[in-house]
Amino acid sequence: MDPEELRYSADHEWVKVEGKQAIVGITEYAQSELGDIVYLELPDVGTEVVMEEELTEIESTKTTSPVLAPVSGKIIEVNDELKESPQLINEDPYGKGWIVTLKMTNPDDLENLMSAKEYEEFIEQGSDDDR
Amino acid sequence: MPESLLFEKSTPGRRGYRLPALDVPEPRAAAVPTSARRTTPPALPELSEVDVVRHYTRLSRENYGVDLGFYPLGSCTMKYNPKINEEMARHPGAAAAHPLQGEALSQGALRLMYELEQGLKEVAGMDRVSLQPAAGAQGEFAGILMIHAYHAARGNPRRRVIIPDSAHGTNPASAALAGYEVQTVHSNAEGLVDVGDLSKLIDHDCAALMLTNPNTLGLFEKEIVQIAKIVHDAGALLYMDGANLNALLGLVRPGDMGFDVVHFNLHKTFSTPHGGGGPGAGPIGVKAPLAAYLPTPTIERDGARFFLDHNRPQSIGRLHSFYGNFGILVRAYTYLRRLGAAGLAEISRNAILNANYVRARLASAYQIAYDRACMHECVFSAKRQRAKGVHAWDIAKRLIDYGYYPPTINFPMVVEEAIMIEPPESEARETLDAFCDAMLAIAKECEEQPELVKTAPHTTARSRLDEVLAARKPQVRWTPPT
Repeated sequence: MDPEELRYSADHEWVKVEGKQAIVGITEYAQSELGDIVYLELPDVGTEVVMEEELTEIESTKTTSPVLAPVSGKIIEVNDELKESPQLINEDPYGKGWIVTLKMTNPDDLENLMSAKEYEEFIEQGSDDDR
Repeated sequence: MPESLLFEKSTPGRRGYRLPALDVPEPRAAAVPTSARRTTPPALPELSEVDVVRHYTRLSRENYGVDLGFYPLGSCTMKYNPKINEEMARHPGAAAAHPLQGEALSQGALRLMYELEQGLKEVAGMDRVSLQPAAGAQGEFAGILMIHAYHAARGNPRRRVIIPDSAHGTNPASAALAGYEVQTVHSNAEGLVDVGDLSKLIDHDCAALMLTNPNTLGLFEKEIVQIAKIVHDAGALLYMDGANLNALLGLVRPGDMGFDVVHFNLHKTFSTPHGGGGPGAGPIGVKAPLAAYLPTPTIERDGARFFLDHNRPQSIGRLHSFYGNFGILVRAYTYLRRLGAAGLAEISRNAILNANYVRARLASAYQIAYDRACMHECVFSAKRQRAKGVHAWDIAKRLIDYGYYPPTINFPMVVEEAIMIEPPESEARETLDAFCDAMLAIAKECEEQPELVKTAPHTTARSRLDEVLAARKPQVRWTPPT
């Protein structure tokens, strides 16, 4: 189950809002699709990111995939533990597997994100799509 | 039993050869400063000749290659490499030529390369070709640098390159390395470039669209003429990744579809060896407006004389010492001349026929990602098998037990659980039937005994390696036990 207090992007990132700050990670669904994560390039603190542009890249044994910024902002903290232990994203995507904390520049960005319920419906639709 | 390392087989004092006693004066000790002298001998393995020969012979029997069996690795065109190519490359006129012997003594080599360029020009419908790039990725990079030079000469190198979400990973890498920002254009429900999305993305800040045709789903981009028009109307150029050229030989030419630049993978389409640590070649072809930017030198002809032209002020520069990897070019030239125009078209027709045959035979057991006629390769999805907990990955491993190299999996990324099969023209119908029988048997195993598939391979010296640990903590060298 995806935590109800978080907001979700269509690109499978989650956001935890704390005042003007936003903690960002990838969802349970994203980590299970990626498989075992072996490397993550952590962005630099101080970098300005724009919503839906690349925040970082995650490498798993299966693929390399971009993580997009779910909201615009300035990176004020990165999860250094991921450098040595990228598997934290697999083990605890909503906790110890957080990736960065952003100071939001435009809190209205949050309106583009989904609730847990909406996100789960969104995934369900996607995986039924057998083309 | 897994073969141990030479280091582990080492026995103190054992030798393959013993040098005769020194019969000249000892070198002066002072010739090597103390700081540069070892205090302990190097930890080299100590073995007899027969130990070493058997070790490598056993390893060679665990190897797999196109000379041993079918190699359906999608997007890689693992066709058979005819032995006459090797014979020609070993001809003393080719193998013993020295790059510094001068133009007068290199006329044969220059002529061969000139004629290979003409052949590739004809195949691709381009105006000029350079054989210099040492691999497809370098050819791509050279192509993007030429596109950059072309726009820069018109006052603005532009900022962005557009690439489909189904592209080979080298495309965004080449564009980014050349300093461009990469923008993704999405595939539509048919698995083709979404022309509407492209029209929205393109503007006068876009330098090029990089496209593979047929694309990585094995589907022909049938809107290519319209795509070319959209790109050219914005003043941008159209780049073709020639990875899938094996589907087009003698049937349709990239130049006629509107492409301005194309690279060739000689190791795919033109039957030169893949890898093996040896050199490769990724020639690049361009339309006339880009010819001035080709790598220097170029091969030119003056009547009956061939020469290298180094005086090319607008060139992107030199990419390789001398003129590329000549031995590989001899092999590709042999292939072209042996087949001729009619033979080349037959290659592509048979490659397309083979892929569609496999597609039709496996359709009952595996979901086809985009179900319609394909070109030289077809992409399945193991979604149906996933219901039993079996992934594309497991099916690929199980194929090893049936004696086949695994197909490409999890690529292109627009298909979940992708299994990409490319059966080149060099495979006979009997081979394809045996392979399809194996795939169908595995599909049945997925239903009835999924554990068998999930724990494959069962017939190799080693089964599942810990790929996660290997990627997280790579250990690339043996260290003596302490």
